Amino acid sequence: MAELRMREALRDAMAEEMRRDESVFVMGEDVGVFRGAFKVTDGLLDEFGERRVRDTPISENTIVGAGVGAAMNGLRPIVELMTVNFSLLALDQIVNHAAAIPYMFNGQAKVPMVIRMPGGGGHQLGPTHSHSFEALYLQVPGLLVACPSTPGDAKGLLKSAIRDDNPVVFIEHESLYGVRGEVDDGGEELVPFGEARVRREGSDVTIVGILKMANVAMEAAETLAREHGVEAEVIDPRTLRPLDLDTILGSVAKTNHAVIVEEGWPHGGVGANLSALITEQAFDDLDAPPQRVTGADVHMPYSKRLEQAAIPHQEHIVSAALATLEGART
Amino acid sequence: MPDLPDAATCYELLARMALIRRFEEEAGRQYQRAKAGGFLHLAIGEEATIVGTTSVMRDEDFLIGTYRTHGHAIARGTEPNAVMAELFGRVDGTSGGRGGSMHIFDAARRFMGGYGIVGGNLPIAAGLALASQYKGEDAVTVCMFGDGASNAGNFGETMNLAALWTLPILFLVENNLYGMGTAIERHSAQTDLSKKAEGYGVPGTRIDGMDVIAVREAVSAGLRSAREEERPTLIEVVTYRYRGHSAADPEVYREREEVEEWRRRDPIESFARRCVEAGVLGEREVGQAREAAEATVLAAVELADASPEPPLDTMYESLYALTDYPGGWYAVDERSPEPHRGEHEADMPERARELAEAGAAYAEVEEEGERPNPALAGDAQDHTASRTGPDPEERED
Ligand SMILES: Cc1ncc(C[n+]2csc(CCOP(=O)(O)OP(=O)(O)O)c2C)c(N)n1
Ligand SMILES: [Mg+2]
Repeated sequence: MAELRMREALRDAMAEEMRRDESVFVMGEDVGVFRGAFKVTDGLLDEFGERRVRDTPISENTIVGAGVGAAMNGLRPIVELMTVNFSLLALDQIVNHAAAIPYMFNGQAKVPMVIRMPGGGGHQLGPTHSHSFEALYLQVPGLLVACPSTPGDAKGLLKSAIRDDNPVVFIEHESLYGVRGEVDDGGEELVPFGEARVRREGSDVTIVGILKMANVAMEAAETLAREHGVEAEVIDPRTLRPLDLDTILGSVAKTNHAVIVEEGWPHGGVGANLSALITEQAFDDLDAPPQRVTGADVHMPYSKRLEQAAIPHQEHIVSAALATLEGART
Repeated sequence: MPDLPDAATCYELLARMALIRRFEEEAGRQYQRAKAGGFLHLAIGEEATIVGTTSVMRDEDFLIGTYRTHGHAIARGTEPNAVMAELFGRVDGTSGGRGGSMHIFDAARRFMGGYGIVGGNLPIAAGLALASQYKGEDAVTVCMFGDGASNAGNFGETMNLAALWTLPILFLVENNLYGMGTAIERHSAQTDLSKKAEGYGVPGTRIDGMDVIAVREAVSAGLRSAREEERPTLIEVVTYRYRGHSAADPEVYREREEVEEWRRRDPIESFARRCVEAGVLGEREVGQAREAAEATVLAAVELADASPEPPLDTMYESLYALTDYPGGWYAVDERSPEPHRGEHEADMPERARELAEAGAAYAEVEEEGERPNPALAGDAQDHTASRTGPDPEERED
């Protein structure tokens, strides 16, 4: 094991898979000479050269589309979109093509590609650069969706994603790139899709958090224990498609209370989806309605105070957990 | 070389360019002091491109640009105070502190933004022009964008539409030779961008973007053809940004000598020299333009700093244009969670208010532990750049 930052863990995952499999290559805006907008691809150009680490023009839909074509012709492209915000320009290729092709051509073609994209708010980047689109991609059949919260999971999931035969939307959080954590450096420690991680055990309330919100949920759990005598179980699903619903339902059967935390918008969000699933599948286990904690239902404002007010913090999670324990709506 | 215009015009051109230069330098400094956050893209070196263009536009014409447009707004007449206040995220900012550096807007001066998405402004420009044509108005839309944006799908699609519908529009490519860290030879097969739209029916010319008079002349011609002949054209203005793409750019992709070489052709210095040599302006007036810029910009910082932060209960304002029949849930106030119709939250519930305050308080919290600056190589990543503020640039974009 080694202690690495998330950006290094991601880079190692790509480098190891590129060494292992000649068909894996990377393309995206400023991934080569510039070493990546977040320096995640740092060093890849030096090691693998321009054939396998390709700087592209600012043409998101075409970059993803070229990835789809290359995948249909036997390669395993890793496409880096500079941020999730710009993935909106590639939505056509992601949804109408990458996700649909295997199904609409009755399995004759597969699209083994990874589309990496960092997102999230908190850096005063304003309305066009702060999105959280987990829910958007979660909605699309045919896509796999990963959203790691630790360096170790990031590496293991990315390696799995590269080896998977499906198109994978791999969502990273900009605030987590510098976060350090234990990472397997042996090279074969893959994290399977569809397996949640219980990050903290507890018997009173289940808190499901994704990406950065898994970490904020951990902080909230400590506060709940320290200040309120409440033991929260914190679960990071790690992948939203496939979803490890069993682990979540198992936890709810134990705690009888659920809180779901995400940074994205409330309508049709990850929390909306999960609370519907929990309510449908485990209604009898619940002592109170599940609580959602989400980002504000607005375009992320630039002003630092407004932005921070629009992003969930541990106070929101603590409040939601206490509310569900009281059995009341907030 | 085209002749110089009269002395008053020359002074105005010089003063405007000097003001933008000084504003941008100060914006950079305020960013280092963490008064401004997010991304900061400066147009230092590109002043002639901006001022040459706006100096021949009519008040009724529209201008639309990118995320590097503090100067464009100022050139259109927006108060530098308001632009600085936007960078500070304050209520007196051009977007009330909601947009930030990348999203400047001034409807009154027909500066139509300010967009963070590369190429996003091109189709909108076509729409502005379409509406002017539709309404039988004389306004021309001037659409400015970068060399990198010429690779976006929006570029080709917009060129075709503009030519097909003979829209009153003028495209201006600010070719500063790089899209972020990628040199033009590495991002565009056609490096003569004046040719890039020809196949779509939009003819182009290439001009020296360091020469404010050359830009003026070319833009005048472009405006005329758009206004009088409904013929869209494209001008490739070759220019250069002296600073990094944004504030944390280590500039590994270009040589210091190249920057120095372009600096020797500085658009402000060279224009001042030319005016003095031609006897149109005196040294005293050149100095006066600089001093005026200095005073205006320092006052802008003071005014921006005195402007209040946007109140938390304005969070949902302007999300929707509300009519008399607001049925159903427009938005969810996740803090209550009550149905929300975008109204002023004068009576925001107590608990919601507490949580909003609790969230906003994080604006004062120093980020714990290391916040690496990805734009710095190797060991330097362990330090949070040179910024003294609480929120060092997390990425280069
Ligand atoms: C659709 C989209 N893709 C990527 C980006 C990230 N990005 C911001 S500026 C930029 C480079 C743009 O270069 P250019 O058009 O030449 O303008 P310049 O910055 O040189 O003024 C990139 C890639 C973005 N903002 N929008
Ligand atoms: Mg450029």
